[in-house]
Amino acid sequence: MKDFAALFARIDESTKTSVKVAALAAYFRTAPDDDKLWTIALFSGRRPKRMITATKLRVWAAEAAGLPDWLFEESYGIVGDLAETIALILPKPKGTSDQSLTDWITHIKTLSTQDEPARRAGILAAWEVLPTQERFLFTKLLTGGFRVGVSQKLMTRALAQATGQDEATLTHKLMGNWTPATTTWTDLIDADDPTADLSRPYPFYLAYGLDSLDELDPATDWNAERKWDGIRGQFILRGGEHHLWSRGEDLMTDRFPELAQLRDFLPDGTVIDGEVLAFRDEKPLSFNALQSRIGRKTVPKKLLIEAPVILMAYDLLEHRGQDIRKQTFTSRRKELEKLIKAVPITTPIRLSASVPFTDWNALAAERDRSRELHAEGLMLKRLDSPYLAGRKRGDWWKWKVDPLTIDAVMIYAQAGHGRRANLFTDYTFAVWNGNELTPFTKAYSGLTDAEFREITAWVRKNTLQKFGPVRQVTPHHVFEIAFEGINASPRHKSGVALRFPRMLRWRKDKPMAEANTLADLKEMLATYG
Amino acid sequence: MADVLTFTDRGIYCAAGDFYIDPWRPVDRALITHGHADHARAGMGSYLATDAAAPVMQHRLGPQARIETLKFLEPRQIGAASVSYHPAGHVPGSAQIKVTVKGQSWVVSGDYKTVADGLSEPFAPVPCHAFITECTFGLPVFSWTPQDVLTDQINGWWAANAAAGRFSILGAYALGKAQRLLTAADPDIGPILTHGAIENTNEVLRAQGIPLPDTIRVTPDMNVKDYPGALVLATPGAMAQPWARQFGRASTAFASGWMALRGVRRRRAMDRGFVVSDHADWEGLNTAIRATGAQKIFVTHGYTDPFRRWLTDQGYDAHVVSTDYTGDTEDEA
Ligand SMILES: [Zn+2]
Ligand SMILES: [Zn+2]
Repeated sequence: MKDFAALFARIDESTKTSVKVAALAAYFRTAPDDDKLWTIALFSGRRPKRMITATKLRVWAAEAAGLPDWLFEESYGIVGDLAETIALILPKPKGTSDQSLTDWITHIKTLSTQDEPARRAGILAAWEVLPTQERFLFTKLLTGGFRVGVSQKLMTRALAQATGQDEATLTHKLMGNWTPATTTWTDLIDADDPTADLSRPYPFYLAYGLDSLDELDPATDWNAERKWDGIRGQFILRGGEHHLWSRGEDLMTDRFPELAQLRDFLPDGTVIDGEVLAFRDEKPLSFNALQSRIGRKTVPKKLLIEAPVILMAYDLLEHRGQDIRKQTFTSRRKELEKLIKAVPITTPIRLSASVPFTDWNALAAERDRSRELHAEGLMLKRLDSPYLAGRKRGDWWKWKVDPLTIDAVMIYAQAGHGRRANLFTDYTFAVWNGNELTPFTKAYSGLTDAEFREITAWVRKNTLQKFGPVRQVTPHHVFEIAFEGINASPRHKSGVALRFPRMLRWRKDKPMAEANTLADLKEMLATYG
Repeated sequence: MADVLTFTDRGIYCAAGDFYIDPWRPVDRALITHGHADHARAGMGSYLATDAAAPVMQHRLGPQARIETLKFLEPRQIGAASVSYHPAGHVPGSAQIKVTVKGQSWVVSGDYKTVADGLSEPFAPVPCHAFITECTFGLPVFSWTPQDVLTDQINGWWAANAAAGRFSILGAYALGKAQRLLTAADPDIGPILTHGAIENTNEVLRAQGIPLPDTIRVTPDMNVKDYPGALVLATPGAMAQPWARQFGRASTAFASGWMALRGVRRRRAMDRGFVVSDHADWEGLNTAIRATGAQKIFVTHGYTDPFRRWLTDQGYDAHVVSTDYTGDTEDEA
């Protein structure tokens, strides 16, 4: 596992993409096939199952290190990562190991079929021969949590450099529900036909946020449609079977069983890019309704009635078994319209209607209606554009409605993890309710590192009380909180829950007395909830 | 029996000899363990340090500072106290200070490390009744890379960059750490450039007879491109400044005990983090304390609370003393 550990260290420590890509490409040129396959799997979130509880690992590691539990906990608190703490506190390795990444994963799989004493012995034996960095990775594999600072995009770029294939093709090949157990390096990467796997989705085309309308002229080159506020999904019908993929490559087929009806009305060899939306009476329901469906593997009947979903179709990627992504948006759209027209109205699929407009001003007015339609804004797509892979500039733009904002007072702070350990980055905010401050949301992003450092120093000096890792601070600082939506929530003291809250600005100019009130929030709820 | 040393808001005080050890507020007479800024502060009436530590102190504190010197192990009577300095292995000239009054010996460790760095006088345990120790890295997660492995890591990194025509900028504290890395660097790989703050210290150390490899001071009028693939030793501060930009797309690394932690490595955002410290790691602290034979232990700076608890569990009479030493900042350690 030495080579893999060295690779991991290079891409984990550096923030330079050039360094990361070079390290990955070098690895993909030299590592054995099975290790390469596992590396791609791990770096694209295909983790082995957790085979042992964190509690057990903690106890075994403390025993092996001859340390009391409290000292292990103390160390864990400073390090912030269980696998890393274990790797660091164990005595220096007694032996050495030349076993590969794949060997160790196989070892872990074997252990998972054995009883606890055998598992313990197998894990301790591994810890004893692995140096710190490899021990850390081995323990990460045991706990099933494996995150690395490299995006799928960078990994694919490195893979393209190492194999000479183009990035878009590789991106497509890496999609879907393969695991190292179900495929080989040759089948996955060297093989020519990425659709050989019938369930494999195409890479999603993702838009950047619009900076300026100026670059888009003339308006007649563009199609506008709503950016619906649901779950982006890719519906695949091949060989009589259907699959529904999320953008994060989660298979969602069973969560939305009503979409199975589409099999009866769409031709085989159809792939549609769309949005799964809770929908009734020809109108989208609020995201809250869809929320009740997310995270459920199976759906009770009652929920199917309360929050029925449809596929709001945006684009057609495969038609009668042909990949048509290279055709223009106009021609793909024409085929999509034809398909959907042929489907009975009772079937849960709709065409995401174009929003007609004559000039940009007219379109801006349409954008302003987004919230009342439960849309996030508009999507602009160039009429002659192909369907690209990944996030690309130029042909597609999202033009989101401006976020809602509210000025709130910071009342609690909590330290972040990992890169942000030692910094207070997670805050709880409150609004005025008479003379009291009522907490209503947390937020932990949106500020610069310098601002986080400044606030951290301030928090240290202005702590009123500590509750474990949480510090109650003197109410003083006002922040402008931006969010995408607001819903009623009986679970919260404030009675509201925000979607995607984040810190937009630190309002140093604003005295605490001028922060917004709970009444302001309730008014937003009435208008936009 | 009266304590040999007491802890005051000016520093560690010896009443029998009327002097302070590493005080942080101005006093008449200061005994100094080593030249780092948190231990050797300006404004003392007089200083007493080892002859090996004095030149750097004089350089840092200025010509007006009155520094008396003594040799390691040389006995010195101050009032009713007998004093001697013993190698701490932290940086060249760094000492543990032993104070004996009426047969009771107390030792102040200053900062120390137990492994040889090829540069500083190696740490020697001093038997005593009470040991006042730092514990910057007083948690079992800290375990240093052996010097030979470290040397290979650094030279391997430098050689790979040099082969690719890139500079290798290595950040390290100007006194001690920088020279230790210099000693480890293999001059056959290429030239070694130094930031002015480091080169100033180098000059002082060379002048007192400490052998260091040849280095080239980076000056505003030189073109660094004339030294492709060079190793550049920089202070932590300089790495973040425009100064570092003249080296173009260089590979960057940082050398510190804190590099043992992944979160800190990632926050530093260097290409490499070398785990190297001039403080004792967990094993080093425990070995050193055991070797003194002392029953009474005071811990001054670092992870003092858990370390005290650990020592108490081990049967010591252990206490936390609050001091103004800051050796636990990321840059220095
Ligand atoms: Zn020091
Ligand atoms: Zn110190």
